[in-house]
Amino acid sequence: MKIKLLFLFVLINFSAIHAQDFPVYTFNEFEPLLNQQNDTVYVVNFWATWCRPCVKEMPAFNQLFEKYSNEKVKIILVSLDFGENIQSRISSFKHNHNLKPDIVILDDPDSNSWINKVNKDWSGAIPATLIYNKRNRKFYEQSFDFEDLDKELNKFL
Amino acid sequence: MKKSVLTIVIALLAVTGIKAQGYTIGDAVDDFTLENIDQKMISLYSYEDATNGAIVIFTCNHCPYAKAYEDRIIAIDNMFREKGYPVIAINPNDPALQPEDSFDKMIERAKEKGFPFPYLFDETQEIYKNFGAKRTPHVYLLNKEDDTFVVSYIGTIDNNYKDESEVDEKYLANAVNALLDGEKPDPDFTKAIGCTIKDKNYKK
Repeated sequence: MKIKLLFLFVLINFSAIHAQDFPVYTFNEFEPLLNQQNDTVYVVNFWATWCRPCVKEMPAFNQLFEKYSNEKVKIILVSLDFGENIQSRISSFKHNHNLKPDIVILDDPDSNSWINKVNKDWSGAIPATLIYNKRNRKFYEQSFDFEDLDKELNKFL
Repeated sequence: MKKSVLTIVIALLAVTGIKAQGYTIGDAVDDFTLENIDQKMISLYSYEDATNGAIVIFTCNHCPYAKAYEDRIIAIDNMFREKGYPVIAINPNDPALQPEDSFDKMIERAKEKGFPFPYLFDETQEIYKNFGAKRTPHVYLLNKEDDTFVVSYIGTIDNNYKDESEVDEKYLANAVNALLDGEKPDPDFTKAIGCTIKDKNYKK
């Protein structure tokens, strides 16, 4: 009994450490993040923890975050994960991959209603990335390495 | 002379350009022959159950958006096979990039789930490119018109990949029912979040 209680205690503490609540948005709630009118360049990446090519390009977004930490560049990683324990799953992923940019969860499975609002050329496949500022925007249905991502971002700076 | 050569070159480029985009609504579909999980070859144009058309679905084992639809694809096949629109599932992924999508694992998954439909392997990855499939799952509803399979609907199965009980738009079932009523599907094109098709030549 005591052992069971101890186990439970450890488990609760463990989840408390890992629990980090990422904001969960419907598309309507999320959409303003695609249309900010200020002097910042936004890099918005659509991904999921189970998506191999997405996971593979995460170091590029980390590196970009570090390189531009003193500039008006904002990186947002938009998770399209779904299913059980989504908060803790993303939290441990962030921890294991040492992810630095902001993470939000887009939980709006009627994706036909919003994919074209992100970009009309997007098929819906992930990974996909949008780079924009108040004057310009460009959408990329592809994977990035750091060099290419940096090059694309620089067109907006 | 030079001008006509140039015209031909431009025309050829235009044709290949369209081809690279894949099929759009109203296009006639070329026949294809791929290996099924029972190791028999299946061709679209000689597939017996496809009397009125076919529901070609690019899907795979690993992708959670595809997995979420497995039971619904089985139900669609049960609903429409006897009405002449059977499901033909095709895995377009390169197992070298996604080991869960190997031919052996396809056999395993189909057995586990009891797929009542063929589950073909696009080993050379030519067929998904002909169709212009971009993700899994990606549906192409074909209607048989004068012995030609014509693309009638492209897109997703319904409007909630996460939770079937929350679905209120059954795009694919509505599209097949429209064809059965002699009408054109509306909408005939939808999108959904899905997994990229795993191909070595994919951009980056």
